[in-house]
Amino acid sequence: MNVPIADYVTLASVMFFIGVIGVIVRRNPLIMLMSVELMFNAANLLLIAYARLWLQNVGHIFAFIVITVAAAEAAIGLAIVVTTFRPEKYVDVDDIRALHG
Amino acid sequence: MIAFWVLAAILIASAVWTIAAKKAVYSVVALLLNFATLAVLYVTLSAEFLAVIQIIVYSGAILVLFVFVIALLGSGVAPFATGPNRLPKIWLPAGIFTLAAFGFLIYALSNVKMAVPAATGAVGTADVFGSVADFGKALFTVELLPFEVTALVLMVAVIGVITLGGEQMSDAEAPRSQVRADRAVREAILREGKG
Repeated sequence: MNVPIADYVTLASVMFFIGVIGVIVRRNPLIMLMSVELMFNAANLLLIAYARLWLQNVGHIFAFIVITVAAAEAAIGLAIVVTTFRPEKYVDVDDIRALHG
Repeated sequence: MIAFWVLAAILIASAVWTIAAKKAVYSVVALLLNFATLAVLYVTLSAEFLAVIQIIVYSGAILVLFVFVIALLGSGVAPFATGPNRLPKIWLPAGIFTLAAFGFLIYALSNVKMAVPAATGAVGTADVFGSVADFGKALFTVELLPFEVTALVLMVAVIGVITLGGEQMSDAEAPRSQVRADRAVREAILREGKG
């Protein structure tokens, strides 16, 4: 019943890379945001697996903070999507460069 | 062990479905499956409180927010660019990079023999690792500062969303006649200044 920690690392990194590919490849900003959520969850899974391995509570606290940050990120990201993308006008994700340096 | 592999297969399949779905609504459904499976995995890692939080916050709040936005924007397809995805331009370097990263990871982990023990099965008692009481005790005593930082992060998010939404409201809801009147007054003042 004991699962090697390497399996958890592999699973989390596969999930993380799927999220990265989603952000890079997809053009739909909503699916890009969902891919970011996938990456958050991969990191969370690893934090909790290592917390269980070392029996340390700090991993759980950190996963809690990550969930909070993910909620804030989703709220702000969706607000940006709603304010930027109006149903009547065509916008490409690549054309939004207000935050470019 | 078998449970882990079944859950891992569901996780990866639903993650692929999330990024491969044609419509954003299907992505939300796949992501819901992914998060629920993750919650089960958290229970097997004896993180009970985080499993519940995963269901409530992710599936209950974040995904509902996504569904709201999809409904608001009209099925999530119309306003967005419908051109081809960007993979064809970069699939070769991305593939090489990914394979190299996985090779390095498997090489680095090949010597690690530690195993995560299974959950103990005792639920609800205070001293069990990962139980709600254990987590809460840590959160409100030793880790109080991270807890306060969490509140700060949420407040920043609320202020940011109000700022973003407020701008849009003032643009959209200012009456046309008021704008015209303002412009007339401004032009009158300018004319007086010139004269």
